[in-house]
Amino acid sequence: MRFLRRFLIRLSNFATRRSADQRLQDEIAEHLALQIEENLSAGMVPAEARRQARLKLGAAEAIREDHHAEQSLPFVENLFQDLRFAVRMLLRSPGFSLIVIATIALGVGATTAIYSVIDATLLHPLPYPHPSEMVRLEANLPGVGAHDIGISIPELKDLQNSGIFQYVSLSFYGTNNLTGSTQPASISSKSVSPSYFAVLGVNAQLGRTWDPHDATPGFLPDVVISDGLWKREFGADPHILGKSLRLDNDVYHVMGVMPAGFRDQGQTSDERSTDMWAAAGFYGDPAPPPMRSTRFPFEAVARLQPGLSPEAAQGRLDALVASLKKQYPADYPSQGAWTIHLTPLAETLVGKVRQSLILLFGAVALVLLISCVNVANLLLARASARGREMAVRQALGAARTRLISQLLTESLLLFVLGGITGVAVLFCARKFLLQFVPESLPRLNDISISWGVLAFAIVVSVAAGTIFGLAPAWLTSRLDLNAALRQEGRGSNGSRKRSRLRYALVIGELALSLVLMIAAGLLLRSFWDLFKVQLGFNPTRVVAIETSLPNPNDPTTDIYHTATQEAVLLREVLRRNRTIPGVEETAVSDRAAIPLGHSQNDRRGVPLFREGQEAQSNQPPLIDTSTVSPEYFHVLGMTLLRGRLFVDQDAENTPLVAVINQAAARVYWPGKDGKGEDPVGKRVHLLGRLGRARPDWTTIVGVIADARTESLADAGTPQIYLDIYQRPAKFLAFYVRGQVDPAAISAQVRTQLQAVDAELPVFRAETLDDVLASSLSVRRFSMEMVALFAATALLLAGLGIYGTISFLVNEQSREIAIRLALGAQRSNILRMVLRQGLTLAAAGTGVGMVGALVVSHLMAGLLFGVSPYDLSTFAGVTVVLTAVAIASSYIPALRAMRLDPITTLHAE
Amino acid sequence: MKEKPDVLQGTLALMVLKTLDVLGPQHGYGIARRIEQISGDVLAVNQGTLYPLLLKLEHEGSIASEWGASENNRRARFYRLTVTGRKQLQTETRDWKQTAAIIARFFEVKAEDLP
Repeated sequence: MRFLRRFLIRLSNFATRRSADQRLQDEIAEHLALQIEENLSAGMVPAEARRQARLKLGAAEAIREDHHAEQSLPFVENLFQDLRFAVRMLLRSPGFSLIVIATIALGVGATTAIYSVIDATLLHPLPYPHPSEMVRLEANLPGVGAHDIGISIPELKDLQNSGIFQYVSLSFYGTNNLTGSTQPASISSKSVSPSYFAVLGVNAQLGRTWDPHDATPGFLPDVVISDGLWKREFGADPHILGKSLRLDNDVYHVMGVMPAGFRDQGQTSDERSTDMWAAAGFYGDPAPPPMRSTRFPFEAVARLQPGLSPEAAQGRLDALVASLKKQYPADYPSQGAWTIHLTPLAETLVGKVRQSLILLFGAVALVLLISCVNVANLLLARASARGREMAVRQALGAARTRLISQLLTESLLLFVLGGITGVAVLFCARKFLLQFVPESLPRLNDISISWGVLAFAIVVSVAAGTIFGLAPAWLTSRLDLNAALRQEGRGSNGSRKRSRLRYALVIGELALSLVLMIAAGLLLRSFWDLFKVQLGFNPTRVVAIETSLPNPNDPTTDIYHTATQEAVLLREVLRRNRTIPGVEETAVSDRAAIPLGHSQNDRRGVPLFREGQEAQSNQPPLIDTSTVSPEYFHVLGMTLLRGRLFVDQDAENTPLVAVINQAAARVYWPGKDGKGEDPVGKRVHLLGRLGRARPDWTTIVGVIADARTESLADAGTPQIYLDIYQRPAKFLAFYVRGQVDPAAISAQVRTQLQAVDAELPVFRAETLDDVLASSLSVRRFSMEMVALFAATALLLAGLGIYGTISFLVNEQSREIAIRLALGAQRSNILRMVLRQGLTLAAAGTGVGMVGALVVSHLMAGLLFGVSPYDLSTFAGVTVVLTAVAIASSYIPALRAMRLDPITTLHAE
Repeated sequence: MKEKPDVLQGTLALMVLKTLDVLGPQHGYGIARRIEQISGDVLAVNQGTLYPLLLKLEHEGSIASEWGASENNRRARFYRLTVTGRKQLQTETRDWKQTAAIIARFFEVKAEDLP
């Protein structure tokens, strides 16, 4: 209480600059007068009386200082004084200040930018309450190498009743045709268990979501829509609840509208911006009866019981799995080794980009470090210029701590100003910068400069300012007074320490840039290799336009239920598409067949039963399927190796046929001697496709060459192609090849399509070149970023060498002048200076090599087609760095060479 | 010549408060003089150090000050004890006595007194 009162009074005195000095002077004068009087009356002579009185009082100046310190807040006062002085110093050398502030702004700005991405994606990947409770369930059959095989309805019930989870829900992402408004639209939709929103823990802003315990078979009649769809299609109608929606020709009613900020969880950006959720029990029409072995290739997400750790939950889940296997041995053959694996949902969302983001953050942290080192170097350079000032201050009685605190204030001011500049630039340019972030990044829309990000920037600036300001301040304030005052610190202990620190800093800078450059070089090589990879198909001049056919819940209302029904539509649309000017060829396929397309759900494999081979093992391998029209292979330029492709005679009433790729032939028909047997003529059937209970024996009629249609990095993924005229597909892609305008083609195809069926939507027309480019977007982004950072690092390192060598030349100018006067060759001087630069470069490269080896080893997973220890990259980068080191030493070396000995020696 | 011991940090404040309590309002010189007299001139107060302390006590609210006329009719600043100061003096006196008593007991103790 007393302390607080005292503090507040001092604070108010400080703020109002109220001084008690006059009062003290008056009091002391009175005090002395009284003391002198007393001394006089004790019999002293007047002069002695005055002297004794003053002695007794003590040092007047010290009393004044103490008194003033009590009156105000000396610490804050010093700080302000230092700050004022720091600002004056900053303004006195604007060039220096500008360079330092810009360097720090670059470092802090770049780091903050990457941090804001990480903050949104890695640190807060799930915008839901209690995100740590959310997990993804994945059923695997490690015994036969099958992953993520899906979960059946009886299994879902077992999981729900296990007591491990609050809620478990299945979800399946797709699209629905919304008809009834002006233009049929394809909206991204999710079929989910009624407990879905209970798992997410989010409620509707308008209306409500389903009862999580609802177990009605089939689809529930009520749907939940997104805020976006509500505003876009219904003009934010406040009376939307209960209104009907026609989706795939089925009528639903709107039950709830999700809040504006709500984002669905999911792997792709399409999935995260789902517009409509329909709830289903996933048994009863249109789904097959609930059998334990009928697994849905759906995503299962669940919310753990509060307080249950994922590890403990996994333990209980393992026990549940073991007891189920004992209970139903027929459904879980032992060689499959069925397991259910649980992963925190946050990890599954960012898993793919985590490595790239961590790499980027590492790179940007190195840039920050290099810029700090550079600034520390500049501060040291200035320190040697201010040696005399420091010496004078010390001689006048300034304590060393006081000098350090003043120097530290100066560097902190620079760092904080740099940080503010960096964040300000970032803030102004954020819209522009976000364009470069690939769309496939999770939570792209939530990247913002939040308070957390701002706090990060402040902490980074202050920490960097303290760390990198302290060493120069320490060394600057430590000097030999005599030597410094006599001759500007030359040859003094402090100066030699400073040069040693400067060498270390430059070597560190070079080493860090080498690490960054090698990382960038390796990424560039990988990207280039991927870019130049033999695709196995030809994407040029091909545009894919997507549409989808309605998939009503009651099959009898489906006008495209059979392949024959659908074939009429497809053939007619293809014929019409061929009449579009510029179009040379057309084809159609299901969405899974779009090369490098990004829909995830279509990419799950289906079990492949080979005739005569699967009898002994109940668990067949999984294979990727694509359903295509006969022209598909030609439009995409895929090569037939053996047998035949589909022909027009293949139809629903003729034997089912399939084409496989070479990888499938190699993996599944290896032959007895391993040389491979001819798969043409072999029969397979694919179970597990929804609604197909009876085997659909299919004859393999041809083998095509491998193409990188799944992933650019993957040369051969087994593929089986089915004929779209034999097996109907709902989610379609039309291809046109030729001289077409990608911007206009979508409307042209829509006209043709809707001339046949006015209720079909057309969406997303993309050239395959664009699809290809966007499949590389994350790689391209990290490669470009790291390359940019490496270039920055190289620039900063060059500046660092330049500064250090210039400083050395300056310091040695007298020595050089004497050498020259004694007849040294000018070329020798040049060589001498260059050698110093090269020594630094060599040391930096040596240290950097070690770091680069560690880093390249860590980033091996991000590389493609290039060894992490690629000799040519390492050699090339070393050459570049050495060249830069020589170039930046050359200018000061020239200056040293052209030194005029007479003027130099006179000037000293 | 033996140096006179300096006043212990913290005890000076107590002495100031007690002086003001006994003598009523005093100016700085008066307080310094009194402390010296009472201590029997054993303590050497570097009299100037008193003034920052007086300011501190004033900030803490234990004493208050105002200008007045000194004995020889000159302007002097007079300090007086406030209510808070009087209370503080009481607690501190009690604490001090307690401490002194404990220390005294330590000085008197002999080995055979201990069980």
